[in-house]
Amino acid sequence: MPEAKRPLPKPTPETRHFWEGTAAGELRLQRCDQCSHVYFPPRPFCPKCASRQVSVFRASGRARLYSYVINHRPAPPFTAPYSIAVVELEEGPRMMTNIVGCPQTPEALQLDMALEVTFEKQTDEITLPFFKPAGDSR
Amino acid sequence: MKRKSIAVVGAAETTELGLIPNLSQIQLHADAALNAMADAGLGPGDIDGLATTPEWTPLLANYLGITPSWVDGTMVGGCSFMLHVRHAAAAINEGLCRTVLITHGESGRSRVGVGPFMGNRASLEGQFEAPYGIMGPTTVFTIPVLRYMKTYGVTEEQLAMVAVVQREWAAKNPRASMKDPITVQDVLGSRMIAYPFRLLMCCLVTDGGGALILTSAERARDFPRPPVYILGTGEAAESWMISQMEDFTTSKAFRVSGKKAFEEAGISHKDVDHLMIYDAFAHLPLYGLEDLGFCKPGEAAAFIWERNTAPGGKLPVNTNGGGLSYMHSGMYGMYALQESVRQMRGIAAAQVPGAKISIAHGVGGMFAASGTIVFSNQAP
Ligand SMILES: [Zn+2]
Repeated sequence: MPEAKRPLPKPTPETRHFWEGTAAGELRLQRCDQCSHVYFPPRPFCPKCASRQVSVFRASGRARLYSYVINHRPAPPFTAPYSIAVVELEEGPRMMTNIVGCPQTPEALQLDMALEVTFEKQTDEITLPFFKPAGDSR
Repeated sequence: MKRKSIAVVGAAETTELGLIPNLSQIQLHADAALNAMADAGLGPGDIDGLATTPEWTPLLANYLGITPSWVDGTMVGGCSFMLHVRHAAAAINEGLCRTVLITHGESGRSRVGVGPFMGNRASLEGQFEAPYGIMGPTTVFTIPVLRYMKTYGVTEEQLAMVAVVQREWAAKNPRASMKDPITVQDVLGSRMIAYPFRLLMCCLVTDGGGALILTSAERARDFPRPPVYILGTGEAAESWMISQMEDFTTSKAFRVSGKKAFEEAGISHKDVDHLMIYDAFAHLPLYGLEDLGFCKPGEAAAFIWERNTAPGGKLPVNTNGGGLSYMHSGMYGMYALQESVRQMRGIAAAQVPGAKISIAHGVGGMFAASGTIVFSNQAP
């Protein structure tokens, strides 16, 4: 049997800027030029006012832990137990991620804890954003 | 009687339930459909509308020998059948068809005749959720609950109590997969699946099916079984990506769907004698009770802890044992509907005495979609 691999994203024309951003070490979001709404995941229009005038910008990378589970079932290539989290970015939108750089325990993973983005290159095309406790120098 | 009213005139599950390795998935649909047609005294030639999932409607139509002139294949996960009921009611009222068969069958455990699940890595969840090790419902449906628990101070013991109470209902049901009594300590001592969810807070994985037959309330009086009327229906969709759900402490889809169903039925909460809330995991009855308006936000856990939904309680919930103890094939909504119909016919294993109004509330695609049906055994 082939070795299990992390299922990697396949960028589309609408999301390519995001994946180019992570490869360059940036977390990129979009903001509506009309109503200033900041949103995620990427799309070439504002989901709040339907304007097609939107801009890509670099997010701060700061976030807080909104909610999560710790998976205990075997899931190669992941090593259980591991967290699957939803973080709320400083700019407002939420995204799914793994919390890295700390024990995968309820004690270490406190809701609302401060987090910051960190990037891990997977392939030449894909670099995934993860989040770690803020101030951690990992 | 209200001029436009719809009734269930046939309802049945598969002959067997639980572990059915000798039937393929499409035959589970057919077994349930044949039982429902027998229940209604109808044959395939009498059916002119067909709705189904996860089998493909045209495939099943041919398999059953039906040529439907109204077709629905709405697929929004486990509550799809609530939406089928709603769409069928509208179609019959519009004169598009007269007699609709709605089927479900799923070889969830034995996986006989089931296609492979293919993840699309260019989809939004393929790009922004799948890379983080999600493994379907156990790691996705469950993510909101820690936020809910922190917001309202709900404990793991209270979450465990949901499973304990439903096992009490299941103990009364000979067809339930799990009937042995359990305690809060048993639940909290069971294997960790995805913190904070332990094995006994997660639904079963079984085989089975179910089917319903709907027609106009006027025709319904000519059928062998007493009609079960549909008083109100609701449906809604929020987000297939759990990370984009608006608020992890409440389901917008639940609120929208529930409100529509209550308004159409013209009932208030005190009129409801029996309630089914799709329980793929132990937190769903909490969200359901609050988002349908039976409890205020944050009060459902105490409501269950105080045995209001248990046998003898004032609001019997999930009286078949639910997805946690009765059965769960993957798309459980059909079984919630079946139990509501049984309660309205007065033939449920754990019958609520004198029940006149029952609600079946479904969730689908994790928190993606919702459907709500209000039933009654009294003509509207
Ligand atoms: Zn806008």
